Amino acid sequence: MNSGALMRLTNRETWTFIHGMVLGSFFLLAFAGGLAGLWSLRTEYVTPAGIAERMRRLKFGIAAMAVAAWATVITGTWIVYPWYRESLAGEGFPGCEGASVPGDDCSPRDFLLSNSSGTTEDWHKFGMEWKEHIAWISPMLATLALFLVFYYGPALARNRTARTLVLVAFVGAFTTAAIAGLFGALITKTAPIT
Amino acid sequence: MSETVHEEAPAEVERPTGPVAAAVLATGIGAFVLGLLTTLSEASTDVHDFLEFSDDVGPLSGKTILAVIAYFASWGILHALWRRQNPALRSILIATAALVVLGIVGTFPTFFQAFASD
Repeated sequence: MNSGALMRLTNRETWTFIHGMVLGSFFLLAFAGGLAGLWSLRTEYVTPAGIAERMRRLKFGIAAMAVAAWATVITGTWIVYPWYRESLAGEGFPGCEGASVPGDDCSPRDFLLSNSSGTTEDWHKFGMEWKEHIAWISPMLATLALFLVFYYGPALARNRTARTLVLVAFVGAFTTAAIAGLFGALITKTAPIT
Repeated sequence: MSETVHEEAPAEVERPTGPVAAAVLATGIGAFVLGLLTTLSEASTDVHDFLEFSDDVGPLSGKTILAVIAYFASWGILHALWRRQNPALRSILIATAALVVLGIVGTFPTFFQAFASD
């Protein structure tokens, strides 16, 4: 065993990890639990006592999902994104010349736009541009789902229209977050923030 | 004589649809404002510069702050207006779906980059 080898994360890597892996994974977990809870919340499946118990879990799960959605976009936009978009390489990206990954003179955005390691500019021009915007629709939809669950309460089990409305908001929140998360993971693989 | 106790569920009170309509429509407004500002920022350098609330974050700061303000402000206003009313949800759901779709289209790079100013 190499006793000198340590795994370290820089401050930037730690925040990227919190943004993508901790909050993002928590969001996905809360979504899976919430979806299962919502889907089975029907009077024909569950007794009144069961509905009351499931409502508590559903409220907690959807609240956690909404909080995770807001925390993910806020940390992403205000902490991680400035490191991604720093202008370090200069006009024409001479700082990225010969680079195979971003570095001190070549931010991830510079690196992708410079095409210094293959054709990478579309990762920024399409992937990052869509991700940074569409992600913000997710917490709005998650908050709507949260409001509806608290507003209708146990009546959700009997009210099919209300349950469908919550499901649509819930799945919409997941879909927009999934688009952002997928591009985030792929962009981080191509041009990591270090 | 034995007495049978019936457990009765509390009488259910129909809640107004107004607060639901307000929350739903506000989501559409928030998404639409985000898409609109994204496209306007690309089309106009004046709008782009105005939206740079933070030098580090760039115009994304203004787009997201204003979209979130539009979302919560419209929710608050609509909630105050409709909280005891029963507006028909169908037309509000259709309007919201249209606003969310427009918002997503507005954030889609192929769309908003078509308006890029030189």
